[in-house]
Amino acid sequence: MSETGIGAAVRRKEDFRFLTGQGTYTDDINRPGQLHAVILRSPHAHAAIRGIDTAAAAAAAGVVAVFTAKDMAADGVGGLPCGWQIHSKDGSPMIEPPHPALATDRVRHVGDPVAVVIAETKAQAREAAELIAVDYQPLPAVASAAEAQKPGAPQLFDAAPGNLCFDWHLGDKAQADAAFARAAHVAKLDIVNNRLIPNAMEPRAAIGEYDKATGEYTLYTTSQNPHVIRLLMGAFVLHIPEHKLRVVAPDVGGGFGSKIYHYAEEAIVTWAAGKVRRPVKWTADRSESFMSDAHGRDHATHAELALDKDGKFLGLKVSTIANMGGYLSTFAPAIPTYLYATLLAGTYTTPVIYCEVKAIFTNTVPVDAYRGAGRPEATYILERLVDTAAREMRIDPAELRRRNFIPKDAYPYQTPVALQYDSGDYFTTLDKALAAADYAGFARRRDEAARRGKLRGIGLATYIEACGIAPSAVAGSLGARAGLYEAAEIRVHPTGSVTVFTGSHSHGQGHETTFAQLVADRLGIPIENVEVSHGDTDKIPFGMGTYGSRSLAVGGSAIVKALDKVVAKGRKIAAHLLEAAEADIQFKDGKYVVEGTDRAKSFGEVALTAYVPHNYPIEELEPGLDESAFYDPKNFTFPSGAHVAEVEIDRDTGIVELVNFTACDDFGRIINPLIVEGQVHGGLVQGIGQALLENCVYDPEGQLLTGSYMDYCMPRASDVPSFAVSTNTTLCTHNPLGVKGCGEAGAIGAPAAVMNAVLDALSPLGIRHLDMPASPERVWRAIQQHSLAQAAE
Amino acid sequence: MPSSVRMTVNGKAVSGTVEPRTLLVQFLREHLGLTGTHVGCDTSQCGACVVHVDGVSVKSCTMLAVQAEGAKVTTIEGLANGGLHPMQAAFHEHHGLQCGFCTPGMIMSAIDLVKHNSDPSEQEIREWLEGNICRCTGYHNIVKSIKAGAAAMRGATK
Repeated sequence: MSETGIGAAVRRKEDFRFLTGQGTYTDDINRPGQLHAVILRSPHAHAAIRGIDTAAAAAAAGVVAVFTAKDMAADGVGGLPCGWQIHSKDGSPMIEPPHPALATDRVRHVGDPVAVVIAETKAQAREAAELIAVDYQPLPAVASAAEAQKPGAPQLFDAAPGNLCFDWHLGDKAQADAAFARAAHVAKLDIVNNRLIPNAMEPRAAIGEYDKATGEYTLYTTSQNPHVIRLLMGAFVLHIPEHKLRVVAPDVGGGFGSKIYHYAEEAIVTWAAGKVRRPVKWTADRSESFMSDAHGRDHATHAELALDKDGKFLGLKVSTIANMGGYLSTFAPAIPTYLYATLLAGTYTTPVIYCEVKAIFTNTVPVDAYRGAGRPEATYILERLVDTAAREMRIDPAELRRRNFIPKDAYPYQTPVALQYDSGDYFTTLDKALAAADYAGFARRRDEAARRGKLRGIGLATYIEACGIAPSAVAGSLGARAGLYEAAEIRVHPTGSVTVFTGSHSHGQGHETTFAQLVADRLGIPIENVEVSHGDTDKIPFGMGTYGSRSLAVGGSAIVKALDKVVAKGRKIAAHLLEAAEADIQFKDGKYVVEGTDRAKSFGEVALTAYVPHNYPIEELEPGLDESAFYDPKNFTFPSGAHVAEVEIDRDTGIVELVNFTACDDFGRIINPLIVEGQVHGGLVQGIGQALLENCVYDPEGQLLTGSYMDYCMPRASDVPSFAVSTNTTLCTHNPLGVKGCGEAGAIGAPAAVMNAVLDALSPLGIRHLDMPASPERVWRAIQQHSLAQAAE
Repeated sequence: MPSSVRMTVNGKAVSGTVEPRTLLVQFLREHLGLTGTHVGCDTSQCGACVVHVDGVSVKSCTMLAVQAEGAKVTTIEGLANGGLHPMQAAFHEHHGLQCGFCTPGMIMSAIDLVKHNSDPSEQEIREWLEGNICRCTGYHNIVKSIKAGAAAMRGATK
């Protein structure tokens, strides 16, 4: 292994600009003549708009324009499209109501955009927005999906009776019922997966620009996938052809899924820039982020696991109500379906699985993918059920898992829920995690804590992910309205340095380093001679972007394919220069060598020859050394892992302290262990945040109660310990690097591990279930209720 | 009514005409073009905007520009002259940053901690970071970076 190649803990190339305050985030960009947009948003969860009077705002100081839905409609601006179509059990397509960029005659959640003011300064735009008089007629609202599906609930769309978007299922119900009929034990849970707000630290921002001379539009935006935004906004919303629309996602300050989607503000500033013929900038306040960034999770589920007398899983039945919010966000329908039910086999051999999902509209912010996206929800149900069964059947939770793991020699393994796992070794991963966590020594630690008056618990979770989304044909058959390949271009410059153009997008993941390692490793050139470019549709051939832990598995594979082409063309040039047969030439350590001789040409010499083709096979070969590739994955990748949490609970306050957290994960081949560990740490704290701290709360009328950092409990440094993380590697069998993806793992395993630990600590009191987050108040109430119940007995 | 304001930012005398309500962070970002100081919230919770005012860490979203009249302000851009401050170098070495958005505030806050406590424990570091939120790193490597940065700063001042 070289110091900068595959497997090396290379310090990040992108760090210098971030460390010195020289990153370029969207809000750092200011265009000549730029105006500022402020969006007026609905204060009501549900209301009819009877009229909007913008006259006073339009006349206010500094105001250049005020626009409403009428103005956009007059220009033929379309609604925000949904990129995934689900079909219900009966074969009918999901209900797909219109999603206008600015609300037309009704608002459906607090924060729904109603009008936009464009002014010389942001302060002027903000002041003018307060002068807009909207005549709202408030309507009854509903925030909970469980309530929204009941008869008599307020209705969001005439086209969606009962607020039902779709009623979907996967698996065979009759087979599942038959399996349950044979069960010696059935573990049951009613479980809520709490709604979360992603909260990337950089608020969303967008700048639209129109070039009068060329008729070209440019959008700078906080996006994880600029090409997808160009496609959706250009083709469906603003009807601007791709060659007249450039989308730039510069440095982006975190995404976690929330910056995948095409948002109204992107369309509004781009369209408005064309109207006012000046650049228009919008930057969200954090309170706007809370009520306009797509939220995550929000499932209510009943689940049952059937086991035989030895604890072997016979079947699993899951029934989920998924809250979609007030409109369909870009990829929302895929999350509680094909990214959720297909993961319910987990790491186990459960032979029969049936899952049904009702997706419900409510008067809340739309819900879409948030770190893990469906997979944390599946893992949470499964791993809570396994622990529940273990406790009820008095089997050690680790032992119960081992009895049901997919055997090491069973790959490729076909699950009953559509996926085929290519590789894995859950036994070794679990053993490594348990050893690192000193699982065997837990009883001693629990007794020691008890002497201090603390309740101590330990909890496990194993998980499987489906990452590297996805084979385009498979995704298409499941309802995706896009291909899910990735593109790359390797541009070798005449002096042998290289620029990589990737359709993946880095918003913290460190692609500029990891991808450069791939190039340095393959071409044998110093990593300093490699630059990675991303995030600009004018530079990058094409791209589907970064989400679902896909950048290395799909984007990295595209880079490898393009590198293969570079090496192959270089071999032809070297063969000519060395007057040898192409087949006799090996490329190794940056040199083309005639096998069995010391005759060689360096990669740099070959690159120079490609651009100065004086002695060159010009009849057979074009000059230049610039290759591109698209990679369409053959399957998903399947990272997996075992997480162990240990908590102590204070009986008097209900405060849960996370004292230890151990993770062992299988991500396939590791390119940069430093970056991988960082990804795990970050994911863990988002998962721990869900389990212990974070909760998006709406009141029954649909007012967002957790609308700022004063109310929404973000994990702080003092809420978490340092972590013990390690890896156990089995290689992905179907991509050229053998990589699986690591971005979401922490957020998938941690919630179940932490909650299993909390319930282990509380089990002596007879507490069997708590929903997330296990806040001090909830834990204290549970302790009080059970203490009272016990005292009464 | 616009007010004029003068201060020293990163060693340079600067002045400007601002509205009385202009925040220090707006003055730094919008008037001086020092965009390394970030705005991540509107309730003074996230700490992305931390700068030093007369040597003390301050959330620049919670101070008016006119309140900094005559003060010496240091932002992330002014920590080192071309190279890296030992704390910046420690964040690089220990992968204490991912998306980089909270990083300037974290580093400015960490340097102030080390001024108060030259050898902080892990617990002391975690408690000091109460006012700085990071969503990417899970804090693990930030804590490691600050420990190492503190050691380097102790070495540098010996």
